[in-house]
Amino acid sequence: MTGTGIGAPVRRKEDFRFITGKGHYTDDINRPGQTHAVFVRSPHAHAAIRSIDASAALTSPGVLAVFTGDDLTADKVGGLICGWMIHSKDGTPMKAGGHPALAQGKVRYVGDHVAVVIAETHAQGREAAEKVKVDYEVLKPVVDMAEAIKPGAPVIHDVASDNTVYNWHLGDKAAADAAFAKAAHVTKLDIVNNRLVPNAMEPRAAVGDYDSGSDAFTLYTTSQNPHVARLVLSAFIGIAPEHKLRVIAPDVGGGFGSKIFIYAEETVCVWAAKKVGRPVKWTADRTEAFLADAHGRDHVTHAELAIDEKGKITGLRVHTKANLGAYLSTFASSVPTYLYAPLLSGQYDIPAIYAEVDGIYTTTAPVDAYRGAGRPEATFVVERLIEVAARETGVDPAQFRKKNFVRTFPHQTPVIMCYDAGDYDASLTKALEMADYKNVGKRKRESAKKGLLRGVGISAYIEACGIAPSAAVGSLGAGVGLWESAEVRVNPVGTVEILTGSHSHGQGHETTFAQLVSSRLGISIDNVSIVHGDTDKVQMGMGTYGSRSGAVGMSAISKALDKIETKAKKVAAYVLEASDKDIEFKDGKFSVKGTDKSIDFASVALQAYIAHKFSGQELEPGLKESAFWDPTNFTFPAGVHICELEIDPQTGVTRIDRWTAVDDFGEIINPMIVEGQVHGGIGQGIGQALHESAVYNESGQLVTASYMDYCMPRADDVPSYNVGMTQTRCPSNPLGIKGCGEAGAIAAPPAVINAITDALGHEDIAMPATPRAVWRAAQKSIGLKAAE
Amino acid sequence: MYPFTYHQPDSVRQAASVAGKAEDAKFLAGGMTLLPTMKQRLASPANLIDLSKIGDLAGIEVKGRSVVIGAMTRHFDVANSKELQAAIPALADLAGMIGDPAVRNRGTIGGSLANNDPAADYPAAALALGATIITNKRKIEAEDYFTGLFETALEEGEIITKVSFPIPAKAGYEKFRNPASRYAIVGVFVAKRGSDVRVAVTGAGASGVFRATKIEAALTAKFSSKSLEGVKMPAEGLNTDIHADAEYRAHLITVMAKRATDKAK
Amino acid sequence: MPVVSMTVNGKAVSADVDPRTLLVHYLRENLRLTGTHVGCDTSQCGACVVMVNGASIKSCTALAVGLQGADVTTIEGLAKDGKLHPMQEAFRENHGLQCGFCTPGMIMSAVDIVNRNGSKIDEKTIREELEGNICRCTGYHNIVKAIAAGAEAMGG
Ligand SMILES: Cc1cc2nc3c(=O)[nH]c(=O)nc-3n(C[C@H](O)[C@H](O)[C@H](O)COP(=O)(O)OP(=O)(O)OC[C@H]3O[C@@H](n4cnc5c(N)ncnc54)[C@H](O)[C@@H]3O)c2cc1C
Ligand code: FES
Ligand code: FES
Repeated sequence: MTGTGIGAPVRRKEDFRFITGKGHYTDDINRPGQTHAVFVRSPHAHAAIRSIDASAALTSPGVLAVFTGDDLTADKVGGLICGWMIHSKDGTPMKAGGHPALAQGKVRYVGDHVAVVIAETHAQGREAAEKVKVDYEVLKPVVDMAEAIKPGAPVIHDVASDNTVYNWHLGDKAAADAAFAKAAHVTKLDIVNNRLVPNAMEPRAAVGDYDSGSDAFTLYTTSQNPHVARLVLSAFIGIAPEHKLRVIAPDVGGGFGSKIFIYAEETVCVWAAKKVGRPVKWTADRTEAFLADAHGRDHVTHAELAIDEKGKITGLRVHTKANLGAYLSTFASSVPTYLYAPLLSGQYDIPAIYAEVDGIYTTTAPVDAYRGAGRPEATFVVERLIEVAARETGVDPAQFRKKNFVRTFPHQTPVIMCYDAGDYDASLTKALEMADYKNVGKRKRESAKKGLLRGVGISAYIEACGIAPSAAVGSLGAGVGLWESAEVRVNPVGTVEILTGSHSHGQGHETTFAQLVSSRLGISIDNVSIVHGDTDKVQMGMGTYGSRSGAVGMSAISKALDKIETKAKKVAAYVLEASDKDIEFKDGKFSVKGTDKSIDFASVALQAYIAHKFSGQELEPGLKESAFWDPTNFTFPAGVHICELEIDPQTGVTRIDRWTAVDDFGEIINPMIVEGQVHGGIGQGIGQALHESAVYNESGQLVTASYMDYCMPRADDVPSYNVGMTQTRCPSNPLGIKGCGEAGAIAAPPAVINAITDALGHEDIAMPATPRAVWRAAQKSIGLKAAE
Repeated sequence: MYPFTYHQPDSVRQAASVAGKAEDAKFLAGGMTLLPTMKQRLASPANLIDLSKIGDLAGIEVKGRSVVIGAMTRHFDVANSKELQAAIPALADLAGMIGDPAVRNRGTIGGSLANNDPAADYPAAALALGATIITNKRKIEAEDYFTGLFETALEEGEIITKVSFPIPAKAGYEKFRNPASRYAIVGVFVAKRGSDVRVAVTGAGASGVFRATKIEAALTAKFSSKSLEGVKMPAEGLNTDIHADAEYRAHLITVMAKRATDKAK
Repeated sequence: MPVVSMTVNGKAVSADVDPRTLLVHYLRENLRLTGTHVGCDTSQCGACVVMVNGASIKSCTALAVGLQGADVTTIEGLAKDGKLHPMQEAFRENHGLQCGFCTPGMIMSAVDIVNRNGSKIDEKTIREELEGNICRCTGYHNIVKAIAAGAEAMGG
């Protein structure tokens, strides 16, 4: 490990511009002659559009145009897509209703896009938007999943007359049923995984630009995956062929999944730029973000765990209803299916698992991937069941877990996944130690003296990251491969540019990727720059989500660096007049084995371009290589989080007293950044468990459409986190990396709820465990105590 | 925001005169309530009269047995006033619980009382301490001032200039914050002056700040949180929203009243 | 349109502005100081915090016309003579930022917190004082650490 190489807590290279206010976010971009788009949004959850009258808006000051769905249709602009095909149990394909960028005769959630006003200024656009008269025939909203699937419920999309997108399943039902038939004990739970709004602090934004001279479009947008955006906008929506559409995702202020998707707004901005002949800009305000960003989670689950007389788990049955919202967003269909059920084995050896998932339309905002995407929902089911099963059978929850852990690898679960490496015992043991678990009883008694209820909760999570082997996901319905690309450009002076298809929106790639290059080539990280987020610069890439940038993105870079090394050795061989087989490369120096002849990396780079020492017929000049890395397996980060908290039964306020996290992420490139990712994930997980919830009322209005009602965790809502690591190398990629971006958000919610239920002495509490909910639950505890 | 004409008078008289002439005018104090409402196009005054350049509207003064606070005094200055911390520490304490530091640096006591948000903090103090709201036209007793949700006795164009708070023997404020907005879900201000105990509750009432007579009675008997053991507030007339239902609020009133009493200085 | 003159980051600036112009838009659009961000509509997130006459305010909730003669410092004006402010250094050193969007507001609030509370601040105080600044990335751990370290450095 060098000072800036792999494993060093290098301070981030990108920070200088952020701490000095010099970042370049999409809203910071202004194009000459720019106009502003303001969307007319549906105030109704469900309505037919009888007519749209834009005449008053069109004569409003500063207005250039008002467009509706008809204008898009006339220009053959296609609808938004869902890129993952799911088949129901009976083999029928999912029922995907149309998803127009601007409504076609019907609106299906509050905030749905009805029309767009293009105006000289944002204020003028807003004034005009209020003048667009839309004649709605209001239809009955369908907010609740249980209502949506009742016979006679209002139909949201004609293709799905029962408002059901699919009835999907995974696993062996007969085997699972057999396990339950023989079980000594069965634990049953009904679980709600609350609906969340991702809330990246930078709201989504887009600037569309069109150059009539070259008939080419440029779209600046807040995207986690600009190449996928270009692909979808080109191949499916039909804005322009890919070579005529450049998508740039500059600095992006957080994504957490919500900026993966291709939304109506950027589609309309880039298309409208040509229509009005001027750049078109849109920046969401926070209310729009609440209404129209894809939401996350929203599952209702019944789950059962079968246990034999020795306390070994023998089976798991799960039936989940997943709210997909009003339309299928870009990856929506995969989240409650293939990103969820394959994780239901947790860290445990469970011989039989059967999961059924019903994907359901409601007249609410589309639901798609949010940090963890499916895996937090799975972990919540598993870790709640395990905890309750331990309590019901009178076994210490830590011991119950240990007894059921997977201990040999590779381990094939009954639900697709083959865990390649891990040591679950090591993480649990270390976490118990760090959390001073053995003295919890004492601390509980001390709290009780103060009239407070103390509880401790464990969560042993696993996630499947580094998504994903292309052929494997293809067989499961994915519309694209999930490899990653990299190009390494070595300049004649020996500095290096890395072009990557990964995209950083807070993850620190400019630093960690440079660390990899620094380690491999023996050059300073200051001599490495990372280029990403621009489809004109980077040829192709799949972007950043699912904790894949390290395991997949860096593997691609590593592969390209292999090629650089091979080529550079050849150049060095010519310069040093030796055979390239005798050239060794170490610490930035090429040397001839067994001699003192050597040349440094920068000189080799120069020689590669000067090309005097070899003929172009023998060796191509230059030093530039590219590679695609297609993963051979998912990666399986896993770990244990322990939450200890105190409840004030008088008010219902929960205070987290200590948080212990022990994670196994495989090899670590930069521990400082990895810990930061863990912290952020835990913060969001605590948010889900205690504070956050997107609430629609019965008429389909989003009640929590601002920070006045949607509770974002603040600094005084969370504790400091005690983070530790264990390590088993990931065998499925050259760097041994597993990924760390989602772990905290996956691990945290069950740890919190297990702790709260431990404190309360009963299981009757749902997320978010707000003070009111906890107070009510504490009343019940008092009642139960009195009855004893 | 909708367009408006901006005025920046330098005296109360001038401000009142502009308000008298201009159509659909609103005063701008700290702007911490008015500007967000205007941004969301929920308010659209044609004329905005900024009070911030009127010199003599800010300041804290102990006058005999009262503390007089200028309408434009920022929450930060109320929270940090040494005079006030000595005279009515509970009021300084309350001001320090409003919003966040940047909000406290702008928001004013006059703006808060004029706005009379049912979840705001100052109304509880004004009512429990028996404050007098002084305007450019008259003096209004707190009892008569708060008339409903966002409703006050202020007339069109009337400007709060000062608020006078009688100094109590003891007072305390405790707030149960809305976890999202951080306004009060329940805020209870208890004040004792001689044998008179007043307890005002904000955040909870369906029609705004009110006096909790049941708690007052219990504390009048003996000013101690022990007196409140078993005192149950009725849920009728209390708010229910996604954060708290009426029953929970009723329960919290007693809990906050106990804690405010324990804190009272 | 009224003329507003103020000092921004030590420079005198003057412009005709629509009275509706919020300070944040004046900074971002007129002066092209895009380090100050907008993250909400309800004055809660703190991405827009700047210093006006030495005190932190939310620039999304102040009219530019009302700040005639004011002395405004934004994140761009914090570093002096090419040297980072100790609080900026502390954020970098302690990994107090990820996506960087909340960071300018956080740093401005942090400086204000130290100005008001002095250089020895405990964790609890820092957390309470950050009530008006939302970060979605960091879980606050390293922000709190950074502010404690920045406070010490500011103290000398
Ligand atoms: C993020 C945030 C959090 C907050 N948290 C809290 C909280 O926890 N508790 C709480 O109590 N408040 C809270 N507030 C509100 C804050 O205290 C406001 O400052 C206050 O409610 C209004 O005061 P202002 O000076 O900003 O008034 P403005 O917003 O300028 O004006 C409010 C209203 O009062 C009128 N007005 C102002 N001054 C006068 C006057 N002198 N005479 C007559 N009419 C006048 C105006 O015309 C307007 O209608 C919060 C605000 C924000 C943005
Ligand atoms: S933008 Fe100012 S507080 Fe959010
Ligand atoms: S660093 Fe992204 S919001 Fe704070």
